[in-house]
Formats: sequence, C-alpha cells, structure tokens
Amino acid sequence: MISKLKNNDKLLMIVFAILVLAGPIILAPFGAGYPDLLQRFAIFGILAVGYNILFGLTGYLSFGHAAFLGVGSYSTVWMFKLLTMNIIPGIILAVIMSGLFALLIGFITLRRSGIYFSILTLAFAQMSYSLAYSVLTPITNGETGLQLSLADARVLDPVNTSGSIPSTNLFGLEMNDTWRTTILGMDFQFNVGFYVSAFILIGMFYLSIRIFRSPFGLMLRAIKSNQNRLIYTGINTRPYTLAAFVISGMYAGLAGGLLASMDPLAGAERMQWTESGSIILMVILGGTGTLLGPVLGAGVIKYFEAIFSRINENVLHAWFDILPGFMENAMVWIVLPFVGKGWQLTLGLVFMLVVIFLPGGLMEGATRIGNWVMKLKNRGSADSTKTSAKTSAKSSDE
Amino acid sequence: MDAIFLQVLNGLDKGSAYALIALGLTLIFGTLGVVNFAHGALFMLGAFCAVITRKILTLSQITLDPVRTNFLGKPLEIRTPYVELWWGDFGTWMIDYSVLLAILFAIPVMALIGIIMERGLIKHFYNRPHADQILVTFGLAIVLQEIIKAFFGANPIPQPAPASMSGGLDIGVLFGFAEYAVIYPYWRIVYFIFAAVVISGVFAFLRYTTFGMVVRAGMADRETVSMLGINIDRRFTIMFGLAAAVTGVAGVMYTPIVPPNYHMGMDFLVLCFVVVVVGGMGSLPGAVLAGFMLGILESFSAMNEVKAILPGIDQIIIYLVAMIVLLVRPRGLMGRKGVMEE
Repeated sequence: MISKLKNNDKLLMIVFAILVLAGPIILAPFGAGYPDLLQRFAIFGILAVGYNILFGLTGYLSFGHAAFLGVGSYSTVWMFKLLTMNIIPGIILAVIMSGLFALLIGFITLRRSGIYFSILTLAFAQMSYSLAYSVLTPITNGETGLQLSLADARVLDPVNTSGSIPSTNLFGLEMNDTWRTTILGMDFQFNVGFYVSAFILIGMFYLSIRIFRSPFGLMLRAIKSNQNRLIYTGINTRPYTLAAFVISGMYAGLAGGLLASMDPLAGAERMQWTESGSIILMVILGGTGTLLGPVLGAGVIKYFEAIFSRINENVLHAWFDILPGFMENAMVWIVLPFVGKGWQLTLGLVFMLVVIFLPGGLMEGATRIGNWVMKLKNRGSADSTKTSAKTSAKSSDE
Repeated sequence: MDAIFLQVLNGLDKGSAYALIALGLTLIFGTLGVVNFAHGALFMLGAFCAVITRKILTLSQITLDPVRTNFLGKPLEIRTPYVELWWGDFGTWMIDYSVLLAILFAIPVMALIGIIMERGLIKHFYNRPHADQILVTFGLAIVLQEIIKAFFGANPIPQPAPASMSGGLDIGVLFGFAEYAVIYPYWRIVYFIFAAVVISGVFAFLRYTTFGMVVRAGMADRETVSMLGINIDRRFTIMFGLAAAVTGVAGVMYTPIVPPNYHMGMDFLVLCFVVVVVGGMGSLPGAVLAGFMLGILESFSAMNEVKAILPGIDQIIIYLVAMIVLLVRPRGLMGRKGVMEE
C-alpha cells in the first residue's frame, strides 16, 4: 500500500504513523498523556483532515460539518442500543448515514458557490440542529441527548446480567481499557480507545495523501483556482465538488461515530453551527490545503483547550508568585479573563491573528521560519551563525 | 380570522428586528463588499448599551434603614439612585425611560465601534477572498461576545419597558374584532413604528441627500466615483458606522422583548444572513421586504393548526424558504444583477 506513494510522502507517512502511535509517550511530559485528551486528538484530527479535503482542495467554506458529526454520533449510539456494543457496526452506520446526508445536502447546496454556499450549509446545519431539538426527539432524545440504558435491546450481544451498562468494545477489547506504566517517575497510559482512533487516523491520513496526489485531487485544486475556466473547457465540476463534499462529510461522520464510541452519548449541541466554526478554526490554524496542517491544528487547539480550561485563579497566583504583591495581582487580573472559562476568548483572538497575519496557518509559519533560517545560513558570514543557531532553537520550540 | 390577524402582528415585530439587522448587513455588503459575520455581535453590543445605560442610571446611594431589618436581622438597605437624589421626579422618569435614553447613548457608541472596526480591521480585508473576510469577522464575533460574557455573565439580563408602554393594547377592537380577541403589547407597536422610522430614515438619507447620492453612486461603480476625485473610502467608512448604529439601536429597542444575553447575536446572525440572501445580496429594499416577510411567515408557522399538519415547521421555515429561494431565484427576491454572482 505504501509503495504507491512517492518518496517524500512515504517518509511523511512513516513519520506521521510513528508520531501518532507514540503519542502517549511523547505527550506525557506535556501533561497531555491521558486517554480522554489523546482520543480527542486523534478523533478531531480525523475531522480536520476530512474538512481539509473539502475546504483545502476546493475552497468551498462549509459551515455545516457539525451536522455530519452529529449524524455520525446519533447513528453509532443507535447501533449500540439496538445491535451490539461492538463499535464496528456503529461506525459503519455512522459513515454510511453521514455520507447519505452529505449527498443530500451537497446535492442542493453545491448548486451555488462562494458565500452563498457557506450560508446554505449554515442554514442546513441550523435546520438539523433545530430539528434534532424539536421534532426528531424520538430519535435524538432532544435536550437530554441520546444515552444508553439497561433496557436497550442489543440483539447481538449476550444477555446482560451484570446490572450495569456494558462498555463499548472492539471484539472484546474495551475502549476505556488503559494499560498504565510508570517509567522514570513518568506516568504513561496506553488506552485501547486511543489506539483504535489512532489507527483509523493513520488510515484516513493515508487516504487523504492519496486524494491529494490523485488526478481527482488535481481536479479539485483546479476548481479552487479557477472554476469558470474549467466550466468553459467543458468540464462539469459538480460531480467533483459533490464527491469531495461527500467524502469530507463521511470523515466527519466517522469522527462523530468514534466520539460516540469513546463516550456513548450523543447530544444536539454537537450540531450547532459554532461547532462547525471550531472545525474550520483547527484547519485554518494548522494550515489550509496542507497535509499535516489540519492534524496539527486539531492537536494544538484541543491541547490548549484542555490546558487553558484547567487554569484558575489559584494556579495563576502560583505562577506569578515571584513578582511583588501588587504586580502579582495585576498580572493575575490581566491573564485571568483569557484562561479557564475565558478560553473561548483566547481562541477567538488567536483565530483572528492567524487569519490576519498567517493565512497559511502554522505550516506557513514553519515554512517562513525555515526560509529565514536558510537565508541566514546562505549569507555564510561568521556572525550569522550565532543568530541562526538562535533561530533554529526558536523554530524547534515551535 | 382574528388568529391570522394576531399572527401578522406577531410577525411584524420579529420582522422589524430582522429587517433592521438585515438593512445594516446589506449596507455594509453593498458599500464595502464585505461579508460581515460580526454583525450579530453588533446587534448584541447594541442591546448591552441598553444594559449599561440602565446600570449607570440606577447607580444608587445606599443608606441603612434605622428601624426595619432584613431576614438576616441586619438593617435594611435602602437604595436610592443618584439621579433621583439629584433631580427628583425627573430622575425617576429617566430610569423609567432608560431604554429610550439608551438609544441616545448607543448611536454614537455604536457608530464609533463601527468606524473603528472598519478602519482597524476590515479595511485590510478588501482584497482578500470572501472566505477570509468571513473567518476574520467570525473570529471577531467570538471575541466580542466573550468580552461581553466576561463582564456581564452568561445569564440574560431582563430590561423593563417604560411603565407607560408595558401594557397591552386591545388592537382587535380598532379593526372590528371582538373585545380581548387580539391583545398586543404596546412595546411591540413602538418597536414596529421605530423600525419603520429608522428604515425610512436610512432610505431618505440615501435618496435625498448629496452624501447619499454619492454613496449610491459608489455602490454602483466605486472606481469611477473615486476617479471623479471623491474620497469614496471615507464615505463608505461613515456608512459602516451608520450600519453599526442602525443595528445597535435595533438591539437597544429589542431588549424589553427578549432579555439580552451574550450569544443573542449569534442566534440572530444566521437568520439575518438568510434574510439578506433571500432579499438579494446588496439590495436594501430586498432586505427590508424579506425581513418582514420571513418574520410573518415564521409566526404563521408557529400556529398550532399549522404545526398539527407539519410538526416542527416553525423551527425550520426560514431556512426552508431560503433554500427554495436560492435554488429557484439565485439572485434573491430583489437582487441586483452582477452583485456577488459566482
């Protein structure tokens, strides 16, 4: 499978796979090595990779992907309720349902492009959200959200006598199973759910590389750069955009299914359009249209979300303890609105700054720093070696 | 019959809000060609101008009651607003009419916010793709609403209407229906009249003043106008301020109807984009027409008789209409040719 890739991509693929699989080890020193967060890294990575296939390649800005995420979650939870706690049928149904849903929405919305497309997808997402809250309550369980209960049928599973709701599993491997070990005083947690998501993420990343390098991907890029010219040359672009839309919708459904597999409940708030906004954020922050960027963006956002939300006033006081009293209080007063519950504010600010100054996201930032370092090196003068050493240290920090 | 009449009335006040916001949105889009996702946040900021005005007016001097005690056994606090201390009855009147006074406060503040926003941020996005404009204003909307949340908390803050306008008018009698069949709150009538005045004011301004004429010319052909030696950019900046002010006062006046909270802007934003798209991008009469039309449609679909046939239709009617309009008449109801056609 890997032999079909070019050398650069092979390397990227291998490095990516190693980094993802070693995630629990690499991230443990940063305080991010616990299963819940690792799972979210992988799942939102899938989501962002999928969104990038639509937005990065064709330039169609969809505000409706939260709806697919929700559809995926609901279908998976229903499979848990009706068939079995094995995640395979649930995830398959999630992908199929979100694919069909995307086909329907894409068929209608892709008649228009540009901001009309954005607004149409926005309207669709809001519509599904409202429906999930009101009329579809028999399916979605309204505001409470869809949850498992002991009375569920689960026809394929053996009769449950334990008196508690069984946990989700993959042929007996339970998703919340964690193997813990302590090396050099560091706590490492290897979680089944994370590794399931991680393998799927790697597979999906491979698929996205293949799409990027395929003639189909080239066609999508052509649509982004000049759709009119394509139409004038006699090519019907609709099937291509529709295919991209459905594929990225299925990615979102898969992510939704995985989310529900790790934590078997589904709520309508997952479908709100601001959720779509946060998906876009991940892709933009990482780098639109790049392979690695979206995964990076999803990781960075989820990481800082977890870290920032945990900071409260006491933590801040401990941080600024070395400062004199009044300065400590002043610093806490300044920083406090941006952490804890104010995480959204930081996110919004970062988002604006990235769009304004770094439209290509972190990937562009890395490239820029790389170019700068190269330029300094090429100058070759004696004093520049010092600065380049400094900058390369800086770039490795980032 | 009276039920239908009531629904039309109910639709009018919602429609007025939609029309006012959509008008601001279209002004910005028509003049600057910018898709402003922060527009809902401007509406929300306007509403919080009302909250701030009321807070300032009710700043109170606290004195302790010598005789009575509260349930904890401590002396009862008597709060007397300073304005009442200083001006007596006039102060009481000011607090009662705080919503209307807030308009005076909101217009300069919102216009200033609009101008700062345009000069400071949006100016740099004229030559960037629409997707970037959407994204940066979306980010701005998040920032604005989180700032408001940090200051005022997440809960809605109810704002009373002036006492003389808080009752209901038995409007049905005026139109020959039975007594008590159609009762309509005074404030909604006020809101509707206010919206009508503001909308006609904006139209008259664009139609009958030289400034408006230049702006309309600029909307039609920006390059030619600037080649005639007119500083069209400055006029467009002022139009942005005007649009922000219109949206802001729409928010101020809406506070007695729905208590403002920090995310009311986002809730309105989607609807108002839909309104603008249905009316036709860049068409001011279209935005107003579509605003009222969708408002009335929405309240009709909320009737029990309609919901019995199509459950849940009241939640989605606006989006459904928007989709049909966009697919059948891509330019919207009154869209101009050549505006945002891709």
